Amino acid sequence: MAVNLGYKEYFKSDALPLMWCAGCGNGIILRAITEALSDLHIPPHQVVISTGIGCWGKADDYMKTHAFHGSHGRALAFGTGIKLGNPDLHVIALMGDGDALAIGGNHFIHAARRNIDITAIISNNFNYGMTGGQYSPTTPLSSSTTTSPAGVAEPGFDVCALSETCGANYVARTTAYHVTQLKRFITAALLKQGFSMVEVINTCPTHFGRRNIPGDTVSMMKYLKDITVSKAGYEKLDEADKEKYLVTGELVNRERPDYLSVYREMNPGGPETDRGEGH
Amino acid sequence: MNKTNMAVTIRIDEAFCKRCGFCIEFCNANVYEADKDGLPLVKDPEKCTNCRLCELRCPDFAVSVEVVDNE
Ligand SMILES: Cc1ncc(C[n+]2csc(CCOP(=O)(O)OP(=O)(O)O)c2C)c(N)n1
Repeated sequence: MAVNLGYKEYFKSDALPLMWCAGCGNGIILRAITEALSDLHIPPHQVVISTGIGCWGKADDYMKTHAFHGSHGRALAFGTGIKLGNPDLHVIALMGDGDALAIGGNHFIHAARRNIDITAIISNNFNYGMTGGQYSPTTPLSSSTTTSPAGVAEPGFDVCALSETCGANYVARTTAYHVTQLKRFITAALLKQGFSMVEVINTCPTHFGRRNIPGDTVSMMKYLKDITVSKAGYEKLDEADKEKYLVTGELVNRERPDYLSVYREMNPGGPETDRGEGH
Repeated sequence: MNKTNMAVTIRIDEAFCKRCGFCIEFCNANVYEADKDGLPLVKDPEKCTNCRLCELRCPDFAVSVEVVDNE
């Protein structure tokens, strides 16, 4: 009988220490992913981690699963190809907020619209961490960043609302602080057929934190608690207070047919018969 | 511990710990204390409830909580 190694079956313990800064929550998300995979008994050779570029994009370095480290913003594009090439694989796309929503924004909306069976896990640290803390499409209005020292003049995306509108089957938001919820949502996302997206509000003490949150790594982590509220808590808030918080919880959980099921129904003979008119 | 015949051993891997302080700050049972350099010391292991949140919330895979069955 094989020994159950738990998260160590998926995580390269011999690659420690992790390259991320002290107090960066990327390692927390990585732990939750490996724990979820272990709980679900998905063999490592049936998992492909697809990443783009950025601090979070380095996560595949630490995985014993298959990995595809592609180009910036393209984790979902490559992931889509991988999934279509071998539908038996579990494809997990790990993207930063810049990776997923700035340079990769178009891939993101169309992967959700197509409802391709991929699990997207976005580490939203409100800025471009790797390149020095520039503002991203999720930087909250008026926050200071290296490219907006006086405050960013545009509001950030609501990543979950965007995913829902585009058509994702599963959409959830949590934080690097809420670790049990994080693992639960990743587990549900992995089980979901169709496009699933877990937005993890994350710490970046080095850049976003240093400019916007007085204190240390612990203050940055407490900030994640302070700016989030559960769905039930959110409903009880006054309208004016609602915009001060990000809602955590499972926000969408539906069964729209995923891309491959629809494709197969239309092409019962398999991809071989799908050669266009006249074959 | 709520089960009297069990005890926990908490290990901190000093080589991987980056002194973020999360385990110390967010432990509901106040098991940890910081040394002068911010490294977590396991001050009161007997207060540990084995919730393992410190393990999951350690960004550096440096905390491990092991249950030792004393029976
Ligand atoms: C085509 C291309 N454009 C720009 C860059 C520079 N670049 C590297 S990482 C990055 C943004 C990273 O931010 P994010 O995706 O939010 O991830 P984080 O580092 O915060 O985890 C950028 C713009 C690049 N590597 N490739």
